[in-house]
Amino acid sequence: MSRLEIVKTYKIYIGGQFPRTESGRYYSPVNKEGKVLGNICLSSRKDVRNAVVAARKAVGSWSERSAFNRGQILYRIAEMLEGRKAQFVEELQFQGSSKQAAESEVNLAIDRIVYYAGWCDKYQVIVSSVNPVASSHFNFSVAEPMGVVGIIAPENSSLIGLVSLVLPVICGGNTVVVLASEKLPLCAVTFAEVLHSSDVPGGVINILTGSTDEMAPTLSTHMDVNALVYGGSDPLKLKEIQENAVLNVKRVFAYSTDWKKADAQGLHYISDVQEIKTIWHPIENVGGATSNY
Amino acid sequence: MATNKNIPEVEWEYAPSLEGTSHIQLKKKYDLFIGGKWVKPSSGKYFQSINPANEEVLAEVAYGSEKDVDIAVKAARKAYNEVWSIMPAAERAKYIYRIARLMQERARELAVIETLDGGKTIREARDIDVPLACNHFFYYAGWADKLEYAFPNRKVESLGVAGQIIPWNFPLLMAAWKIAPALAAGNTVVLKPAETTSLTALKLAEIIEAAGLPAGVVNIVTGYGDTGAAIVNHSDVNKIAFTGSTNVGKIIQKALAGTSKKLTLELGGKSANIIFDDAPIDQAVEGIVNGIFFNQGHVCCAGSRLFVQENVAEKVIAKLKERLKTLYVGNPLDKNTDIGAINSKEQLATITKYLEIGKQEGAEMYQPACTIPAKGFYCPPTLFTNVAQSNRIAQEEIFGPVLTIQTFRTIDEVIQKANNSPYGLAAGVWTEKGARIFNMANQLNAGVIWANTYNKFDPTSPFGGYKESGFGREGGVHGLAAYVKFV
Repeated sequence: MSRLEIVKTYKIYIGGQFPRTESGRYYSPVNKEGKVLGNICLSSRKDVRNAVVAARKAVGSWSERSAFNRGQILYRIAEMLEGRKAQFVEELQFQGSSKQAAESEVNLAIDRIVYYAGWCDKYQVIVSSVNPVASSHFNFSVAEPMGVVGIIAPENSSLIGLVSLVLPVICGGNTVVVLASEKLPLCAVTFAEVLHSSDVPGGVINILTGSTDEMAPTLSTHMDVNALVYGGSDPLKLKEIQENAVLNVKRVFAYSTDWKKADAQGLHYISDVQEIKTIWHPIENVGGATSNY
Repeated sequence: MATNKNIPEVEWEYAPSLEGTSHIQLKKKYDLFIGGKWVKPSSGKYFQSINPANEEVLAEVAYGSEKDVDIAVKAARKAYNEVWSIMPAAERAKYIYRIARLMQERARELAVIETLDGGKTIREARDIDVPLACNHFFYYAGWADKLEYAFPNRKVESLGVAGQIIPWNFPLLMAAWKIAPALAAGNTVVLKPAETTSLTALKLAEIIEAAGLPAGVVNIVTGYGDTGAAIVNHSDVNKIAFTGSTNVGKIIQKALAGTSKKLTLELGGKSANIIFDDAPIDQAVEGIVNGIFFNQGHVCCAGSRLFVQENVAEKVIAKLKERLKTLYVGNPLDKNTDIGAINSKEQLATITKYLEIGKQEGAEMYQPACTIPAKGFYCPPTLFTNVAQSNRIAQEEIFGPVLTIQTFRTIDEVIQKANNSPYGLAAGVWTEKGARIFNMANQLNAGVIWANTYNKFDPTSPFGGYKESGFGREGGVHGLAAYVKFV
């Protein structure tokens, strides 16, 4: 007699925990063959708000970690993902990818995480400046994370789109609330399990599955979200998000690119979600001393 | 210090030291500057620009309409396509340098007109506004042919036509902040000055004309809010840069949703100025005065919320009150004047409304005894003590010489209070502890941190806010990003 397979329950990821949606609702997306991918949490507006609270709570300790330490944690995500490659390939195939495409997507995702891990302690030196002001002051500008960033992951990608949008944002010390692809949610949930086992503090990345249409308005109008990254391709949805963002002058960034391309990565995905802070301090003016900067 | 009772008290008044106005040239009537020519507004309407210090009319200024804006945008587009975008960058730079030099040559005239039209003191116009405006052009001129160094590993292009809307508090300086980086990056410009302070922007247009800048590269369309709205909503504008209130900024952000127009917003503020018990108190008091009374408090980054550590609060407030008694409120053209005229009747009404609100909220108001001119718009320097964090005067931007004072005990407490605001433009910290400065600078959510100083500006230094104080930076290498696209 063949062994009965254990089927995985897909849950959402908030504050380092795996609750079911508080609403108790689910949806059942299907693949090309019409096979049900699973009973996926249909997260509610309340889940979005809970995720924002968790993300806000995590901002302080995540942004204050040393850049080097953040780099190590990001690198650890890559290590964990490498170890669970097979599971992601399987899920991608189940969601409609060919084996070859699935393998190359997972490989690229791992490499992209390593890429951003390396940026953690390097972007600052590229985007900051010492400004040669004319008065006797030391003046410098540094990048700081914006805070809580809402991310709407691309609809047509299960893993690489999510990784490409999330990693640069957390690399820069922000925390995120991610709305996973509605139709291809499996890898997002499994990726949360990878995060859970790779030293990423709870709340830094929160991942919700469900209806983007239902959740995006709550996320984009939320007064405690500082910025939004839109990875979708619908200009009307983007417009709605941009209009909602006005409420607390959220910064909105929309990226539409083929994330499977090797060069769909770069410093600007990090620096876009950074604020520039400029600091002035007088230089003692004794005996005619002035600044050399 | 013992006082000698035998010597009668003497009133030591400064003799007036008025800046002359004879060398300035103001026309009676100003048209719109479009396509390198002075053109009449299509509506035929003009409005008066008055001197807020004495309510006398200085000149009439054209009221630009949607139609005029359209003509200006077309002129800017033509100049962009045919001249400015294809000109070698080094040549572009030379034009901008030329503007800077001509401004320097006419600095005194610009300063006097700035004071007459806006009410700011001649000392500030002469020593701060005008030199900084000139220097801004001089600084950005040099970037024109070096853009590839500003954005590592990225290829940049100009955006096209930039629509720029500026406020009345630093009229010429804001024009410079907007125009200089836009031109350096290869864009052409349609700029609208604020309706109460159009004159120095129009003088700048004369300078631009004299500099021989190709027609249409810079267009100045004067008018009111509807003129600005026409720029924001014009379909052939690629970029909007706005400095002004958060309310209007939000309207613009909403109007641009769903469009491809690039946007930068420099909006309001309610910046915290924090005095620790180990601060050099006398310097800090000067810093507080400069933080809130600079330019009559018409400063988006004004240090309008003072936080004083409890154990020195009494001393600081006493010294501050003494210092306020020595501030001269009056004719902005007088070089002795510390606090000039409030920019407009409307703004004075707003400030007066907040003074009433403050009193109603139970705060204690202090104003030194001072005589203010009978004509014109003036407000004495004002302190509010006994202020609660929840008071409107502690939360809302007043944009006048009004300071709210709160106290704190611990660092954590003051960080929380300072950051508890929808704004995040600037903050000041006064302490002799270096480690504390870096801690505070790190924890305060604001785009500019002044440590043991306040209200300092420089073309090389990026300026701009967090949160509802807007987004994007002006000044420095970071200010270039607002005027390029990445390809």
